[in-house]
Amino acid sequence: MAIFLTKDSKVIVQGMTGSEGQKHTRRMLASGTNIVGGVNPRKAGTTVDFDGNEVPVFGGVKEAIEATGADVTVIFVPEKFTKSAVIEAIDAEIPLAVVITEGIAVHDTAEFWAYAGKKGNKTRIVGPNCPGLITPGQSNAGIIPADITNSGRIGLVSKSGTLTYQMMYELRDLGFSTCVGIGGDPIIGTTHIDALEAFEADPDTDLIVMIGEIGGDAEERAADFIKANVTKPVVGYVAGFTAPEGKTMGHAGAIVSGSSGTAQAKKEALEAAGVKVGKTPSETARLAREVLAG
Amino acid sequence: MDLFEYQARDLFAKHDVPVLAGEVIDTPEAAREVTERLGGRAVVKAQVKVGGRGKAGGVKLASDPADAVAKAEAILGMDIKGHTVHKVMLAQTADIVDEYYVSFLLDRTNRTFLAMASVEGGVDIEEVAATKPEALAKVAVDAVDGVTEAKAREIVEAAKFPAEIADQVVAALQKLWDVFVKEDALLVEVNPLVKTGDGRIVALDGKVSLDANAEFRQPDHAALEDKAAADPLEAAAKAKNLNYVKLDGQVGIIGNGAGLVMSTLDVVAYAGEKHSGVKPANFLDIGGGASAEVMANGLEIILGDPDVRSVFVNVFGGITSCDAVANGIVQALELLKSKGEDVNKPLVVRLDGNNAELGRKILTDAAHPLVQQVDTMDGAADKAAELAAAK
Repeated sequence: MAIFLTKDSKVIVQGMTGSEGQKHTRRMLASGTNIVGGVNPRKAGTTVDFDGNEVPVFGGVKEAIEATGADVTVIFVPEKFTKSAVIEAIDAEIPLAVVITEGIAVHDTAEFWAYAGKKGNKTRIVGPNCPGLITPGQSNAGIIPADITNSGRIGLVSKSGTLTYQMMYELRDLGFSTCVGIGGDPIIGTTHIDALEAFEADPDTDLIVMIGEIGGDAEERAADFIKANVTKPVVGYVAGFTAPEGKTMGHAGAIVSGSSGTAQAKKEALEAAGVKVGKTPSETARLAREVLAG
Repeated sequence: MDLFEYQARDLFAKHDVPVLAGEVIDTPEAAREVTERLGGRAVVKAQVKVGGRGKAGGVKLASDPADAVAKAEAILGMDIKGHTVHKVMLAQTADIVDEYYVSFLLDRTNRTFLAMASVEGGVDIEEVAATKPEALAKVAVDAVDGVTEAKAREIVEAAKFPAEIADQVVAALQKLWDVFVKEDALLVEVNPLVKTGDGRIVALDGKVSLDANAEFRQPDHAALEDKAAADPLEAAAKAKNLNYVKLDGQVGIIGNGAGLVMSTLDVVAYAGEKHSGVKPANFLDIGGGASAEVMANGLEIILGDPDVRSVFVNVFGGITSCDAVANGIVQALELLKSKGEDVNKPLVVRLDGNNAELGRKILTDAAHPLVQQVDTMDGAADKAAELAAAK
């Protein structure tokens, strides 16, 4: 089963003909993803050869869906054009849009998020500025390395890309149902709560690991959600205990202003909801093992 | 990026928000001419990016040009909550009848924008929010629809602005929304927005914070950066496009990915508790797909920090390939040596993920006397902290 992404997912890539898009399309294909097309209005009608695999290029998302039945788009287009790429995906009503591009202006994200709402939220947006999601052994939509681990029964949702990889590596012998990198920007589409809700309903997930970081109150709200709605065990990790106030730590969203948004506040909120929270990634992995072992 | 008041005033003026005439100076003598231009009287205001400057004596009324020179002299060089005053703004004086508050900002929780307004301005708005929440109106603003006249009127009514100035505030809100959107701001705040004796609405003091991610379409914003205040290492890192923040510890940190680097800072700080309380010296994210050159640039910045006593390179290769990182470390050390720099700080390296074995082999073969490898993140952090404490 897994969440959001399965072996049946038909994936298109917006920005497939660019250098990042090509590199990662090749990697996604190599990890078994069913890539059915790319989108580039200037190269419509051509194909791109990925080691003998000819992938057709369409002029728009709508045409690509009509021709292939695609239900997932992965967006690599540069930050200047990302907003219009996402709006095109929303207009085409594709069920899942994974926005990998980093460095998007907050006004652009705010606008495409508001636009998705006006169109009835028919498109689930993951990201922006995220590594995407992987259902090991089935499909890989984004840039998460497919060779870290295999299919298993842990669900992972994380604000950070490399911490996602680190956690997959720490628990590589156990494997994952789906790993979702939601990104650390101030505004993101899919949240911790969305992923928690989906993992709770997923019969293939026994344990949920959630990784947060300083900034905003998403982890605190996730804690409230867990208390009320999640019966499966949740293990958490929060990065940024030593981050100074008022400094941006790489992720535009990772900035502590005033007393809210600190790692300590998030840890306390999660623990109050019954979540075991590790001090380091390896301690978090150890807690996950203990919980799974009963 | 947070702006100074005078920069906010300039942006307000650019978008036709009503403001008072004002000029910024950095020497007391310049105050004479400016005050004459402003009509013989001026308010002398310290330009610092911190609140509470009025209480600290950073805002003074000058009754004539000579007085303005004296007041500017007193304020320039003053320390306000750790911020040295390098510039003062001289502003036209105003006959203030009433003070209000308005702002536009990002509402992360609701993933939208928010307007806040109050007729109780001129004071610390956080205190108003805490003690009299009903006096601070909050109105959600849709990012697609923006602040139309109808939305501006909704804000004015929610905050109960007096009827006789409602139209003027509605107009000012729409202009401020222009500043917010057209300048890619994350915050536009006016406190106070004032009513003058002749019934005009004027933005008397403003705070603006700009989105660094929008630089690609905001070519003018780079000039607004306060280069004088930037840490020299941070400035050098920025020139090389590195994502670096100077901290006050002794263990230099390099990693890939913002989350992993934040986590590395935490793990080093925990390890430091056992080693004389050493702490991380910086945040440095070399990003995804980092090349040998990026690694070399990063290492050069960190080794150039006199506070650094040991360095922890913590890389999990996702897209980044560990052999490139290892080559970067080797090349960086050679490069610094060839520049005649005395490199004598130990490096602890932990490589995992994409091509980790190859990366580890490159470092083993290079056998640099300062470089040692540790298998795990926790173990490497402990070693780096131990080395920093021993120095």
